[in-house]
Amino acid sequence: MVDVPAAEIILPRPAQRFGALRRLLRHRLAALGLIVIGLLAIGSAGAPWLAPYQPDDIDIAQRYAPPLSEGHILGSDDLGRDVLTRLLYAGQVSLSVGLAAMLVTVLVGFAVGAFAAYHGGWVDIALMRLTDIMLCFPSVFLLLFVAAFVTPSLASIALMIGLTCWMEIARIVYVQILTLKSADFIAAARMVGAPSWRIIFRQILPNTLAPILVAATLNMANAILLESYISFLGYGIQPPAASWGNMLTNAQSDFQVDPWLAILPGLAITLAVASFNFIGDGLRDALDPRMRERSAGALR
Amino acid sequence: MLRFLAHRLAQSVVLLLGVSIIGFGLMHLAPGGPLALYTINPTVTAQDIERVKAQFGLDQPVAIQYLKWAEGMFTGNWGYSFFGGQQVREIVLDRMPATLELMGTSLFLALMIGVTIGIVSAVRRNSVADYASAVAAMIALSLPTFWFGLLAIYLFAQTLEWLPAGGVASTSGGDLVDRLRHLVLPVAVLSFVLVAQWSRYTRSAMLDILNQDYIRTAEAKGLKRSRILLNHALRACLAPLITLAGLQLPLLVGGALVTETVFSWPGMGLLFVNALGMRDYPVLMAILMVSAFVVVLGNLLADIAVALVDPRVKLGYG
Repeated sequence: MVDVPAAEIILPRPAQRFGALRRLLRHRLAALGLIVIGLLAIGSAGAPWLAPYQPDDIDIAQRYAPPLSEGHILGSDDLGRDVLTRLLYAGQVSLSVGLAAMLVTVLVGFAVGAFAAYHGGWVDIALMRLTDIMLCFPSVFLLLFVAAFVTPSLASIALMIGLTCWMEIARIVYVQILTLKSADFIAAARMVGAPSWRIIFRQILPNTLAPILVAATLNMANAILLESYISFLGYGIQPPAASWGNMLTNAQSDFQVDPWLAILPGLAITLAVASFNFIGDGLRDALDPRMRERSAGALR
Repeated sequence: MLRFLAHRLAQSVVLLLGVSIIGFGLMHLAPGGPLALYTINPTVTAQDIERVKAQFGLDQPVAIQYLKWAEGMFTGNWGYSFFGGQQVREIVLDRMPATLELMGTSLFLALMIGVTIGIVSAVRRNSVADYASAVAAMIALSLPTFWFGLLAIYLFAQTLEWLPAGGVASTSGGDLVDRLRHLVLPVAVLSFVLVAQWSRYTRSAMLDILNQDYIRTAEAKGLKRSRILLNHALRACLAPLITLAGLQLPLLVGGALVTETVFSWPGMGLLFVNALGMRDYPVLMAILMVSAFVVVLGNLLADIAVALVDPRVKLGYG
């Protein structure tokens, strides 16, 4: 054992480890987004304790109570159910559909993109052509088409959204891996005999993580929006269970009777989606300083 | 150029084939199959279903059904609606003008406004206007379109009574002014999201270009700022903007579906939603194919246009 002079040992500077997180928090809108999402998540997860009522407590005597009325801070709906309670429980559904759909999106997208790029040859051609084909369908059409035939449940809706939205991530991963594939350290890993799966998960995945993280966040926003569309049209989460989207099913008539009933769930959706969009934007800046100037305008 | 064209054309045909196979496959993999609605109906007997199946050719192997259907699609025989038995092609093409009117107007408007905002943001980078437009765009992209549309109806049609709440024209009138008044709200709602995208994208494309050496040279020569922007910068911006117009098509078509539903605009989107409720497969398939066809065609045209304005594209293919 050779003694190394203490002065020559260079320790990794701990400040750099959290550099990205710190940059994210410095991004004001992203920080705001994190706070809002945090609050929405806590409110939804804690609904059983926080909500003043049960989500399907019907009180015919208290129909269409306006916001700030006694007993109903945000008012009550056409069956006298407490709107705040329903919003919190709906948040559970909408946020978890968004999260699950995003996970499916990332998993499928990564699998397709990584497999195509890593394998090359006919696998590459087949998978990337499939990606191109799927991108030709306007996602709302495709989603509705499938949603109409599937018995809606939290899992099936998340799966459907995930399976109609993975293409963008597949393309990102594909391009990333094609670039990485020719990198020296991958060649080195292969030379020492590392199996493909190990190279994919240990060498390639960490290096593609940043763009995937950004895309995943933006996808979460998109998934929440899509869930609200299909629930609004009646093919999503079925009543009496509440989601922010299906609370708007009667919005058209609600606007005339009690506008707040139609405004509040829409605000909740906008708030959640905007927060994820801001976080995604902030992440893009934080994780890739080179992108800082362009990020705000990048095409989603 | 010819090789490029042939290559892109062949690619588009492959895409359309894939689109049709996936669409057709989805329809037949669906639980209950194409006649699911009849099987729940207690007044329809098993024999009735067999008869209907034979009538629509649904008793044949899927591959043969697909070939027949694809051949029909190609020759203009798009089949008959399950409900009413009308020609699908007539039903769908009847709705096409309304959708094109809505999409075309929105795209044009969004282009004008979005590109202007984008240029201003890029030139006055990091100004209050730039920051404000970034936040506004982000919020616009986060609004659920249907909710935003309902809000607009509530505000401008029901409360203020300035504009009609839906449809293409009043039942009584139907002159140009009346049609335009009906167009205002749906177009405003649909183009809102598009403006957001266009402005952000134009901004980033412009920033890339404004950092280039030749712009600095032009500035050094003492050219007027307006001339640099319009002649040098905007021209270079054209290619990425055309590409975006192509890429945006699925979003535009999807947005049109939602907007049409909210404003009862009698286009293909509304037809799709109505057909969905009745599980009218031939109509659904036709609309899915037409919308995918529009997307493929739009991207093809965009690529050709880019090749025309940007000589670099012709050298490499794809």
